[in-house]
Amino acid sequence: MKSNEDKPSSIYQVIGASSVGTLIEWYDFYIFGSLATLISKQFFPEEQGTAALLSTLAIFAAGFIVRPFGALVFGRLGDLLGRKFTFLLTLVLMGGSTFAIGLVPGYKTIGVAAPLIVLFLRLVQGLALGGEYGGAATYVAEHAPAKRRGYFTSWIQTTATLGLFLSLGVILFTRNQLGIDQFNDWGWRVPFWVSILLVIVSIYIRMKMSESPLFAKLKKEGKTSKNPLKESFSHKANLKMVLLALFGAVMGQGVIWYTGQFYAQSFIENTCKVDFEQSRTIILWAIVLGTPFFILFGALSDRIGRKWIMMLGMLLGILSYRSIYQKFIDYTNPALKSKELVLEESGVRSVMAIPDTKSNQKLFIVSKKDTSYSDGAVFKYTTTDTLYLAEPLNLSADKSAQVVFACTTLGADSGSLPTYYTMKSQATEALQNAKVDTLNLLVNYQGEKTAIGVEKKVGKDTFWTMIFLVFIQIVYVTMVYGPIAAFLVELFPTRIRYTSMSLPYHVGNGVFGGLVPFLSTLIIEYTKSPAMPNGSPLAGLWYPIGIASVCLVIGALYLTNHIDEDVMDDENEYIHN
Amino acid sequence: MNTIRRALGIIWILLGPAAAIFMFVQAADKISASNQRIEQAVDELARSTAEAAKLNIQLQWGIIIGIFLPIAFGLIIFGYYSLKGEYDREIE
Repeated sequence: MKSNEDKPSSIYQVIGASSVGTLIEWYDFYIFGSLATLISKQFFPEEQGTAALLSTLAIFAAGFIVRPFGALVFGRLGDLLGRKFTFLLTLVLMGGSTFAIGLVPGYKTIGVAAPLIVLFLRLVQGLALGGEYGGAATYVAEHAPAKRRGYFTSWIQTTATLGLFLSLGVILFTRNQLGIDQFNDWGWRVPFWVSILLVIVSIYIRMKMSESPLFAKLKKEGKTSKNPLKESFSHKANLKMVLLALFGAVMGQGVIWYTGQFYAQSFIENTCKVDFEQSRTIILWAIVLGTPFFILFGALSDRIGRKWIMMLGMLLGILSYRSIYQKFIDYTNPALKSKELVLEESGVRSVMAIPDTKSNQKLFIVSKKDTSYSDGAVFKYTTTDTLYLAEPLNLSADKSAQVVFACTTLGADSGSLPTYYTMKSQATEALQNAKVDTLNLLVNYQGEKTAIGVEKKVGKDTFWTMIFLVFIQIVYVTMVYGPIAAFLVELFPTRIRYTSMSLPYHVGNGVFGGLVPFLSTLIIEYTKSPAMPNGSPLAGLWYPIGIASVCLVIGALYLTNHIDEDVMDDENEYIHN
Repeated sequence: MNTIRRALGIIWILLGPAAAIFMFVQAADKISASNQRIEQAVDELARSTAEAAKLNIQLQWGIIIGIFLPIAFGLIIFGYYSLKGEYDREIE
């Protein structure tokens, strides 16, 4: 290993080649998730049962089944054939499938073939991701000098977060350049196409790299594993390390990682109702400020050990998540804003009736109003009432426009802004007077069918405070995630390292982490009551808190804080302590 | 510390099946709720939507249980190893 210490430039080439490729793989994986709503409309229309089913498969199977399966398939290849070849292969698969998703015609053009192709490509993405991380982390660690392994592998650890950053950035940039309509129509494909350029550059760099010195030495001596899967999971000494890695470190890391970034973004956008652009900008800033801490904690782990940094990250998450998310709610709750802050409160700006395209037996009456605050916040409210019609509306385009016009003009003609209820009754009257076709209205406004949509733009101070709150969570992420590559590499012997570390990583990250949104929503459902029809918004945090708590107990009691300096050993590190 | 590690092994052994049972109960609960929605559907459109939703829920939970069962089994093995002192250490 001393030869590596003598050549600091070569290790940076190794880090560069590995990190850029891994970053691109994460970017590829996340753009699908970030554009899930748009992709659903293009490929998985809800009204088409089969297509909606394929959507579920694409979301669930890619994360939960295919990623761990990819860890096994490519981990085995990496331990048999070498790290370099395997993570080149995963990069080609990921880049190719991502680019291809951007080319697939929509459901309207080629029918059910569209979701089938996208499902296949998404599964290839999951498979490739499952094989990539273990290879890159192993490759860097096996090049790194013993006492700086945490520092050098922490560069690989930045890639997942930076991949998310890049995907959000490219999406926002493309959306701003093209405009919302063009982006929704075809512009969403651009981030997928961008991937191919990044992948070509990364493949070129990786092709120039040599094989890991430790693996090359094993291969030269004929000591590589003949059956890495069997050695990893049927030999007790290794299996118990795989289980310890999963339950004592990666499981907790997975939920802290997902909560700090994905759940935070989803909570700010869907629960706090902060608008699309601002909710993403908050995450982007927090990532920019938080990313250097991956390196900091990676380097620190070389001095004080990996274990307690990871455990502290989990403990802080467990203790502070509920208060952080309560702050998100408070900062965006209009009821908690002082009345003195209100600059302008508009009445109902417009009312418009939109015929329901699915059943033709409903009309949606939509009204909008805004409240502006002196701190720069603007809260927009959209109320949608559903009118149930006795008979289906068979409107021509002209007639449909007449109905919309009849209602829309009410707001414009009214002079001083009337109340919402006045306008609603005027809209009803206009519809009855319009006598369009068989327009026989029940005029059956049911309170429970009224939906109120809110889109909030927070003021400057609140914006930065929210960035700080997400930043804190990203610091927790960097504590649990920064040192974990070095920790996993040191836990397993070289001959089966790729296989052994990839599986717990992808089960912990993909399954336990990936289930955060699903299980959190499930828990919130249990808190729904007549008094709280939407449930307790903070209840969903019990899932990451619970998993991180179990992981903290296991990790604190069972893991060792010892740094294994010789990763060339044939046995796992725990045995020596 | 080794005594605590071994004793906690029992907890991990019990936690595995408990988590699996919890998942099964949740799945059954959600699928039964989706059956109710099909029965309550007022028209053909609502019925076909509810049926598609049921299939989706079955698929989601099928995948989750399918991937979770081996993990729960892994937790039992982890607990067993703990109980048997496989994670004992001479140096604390």
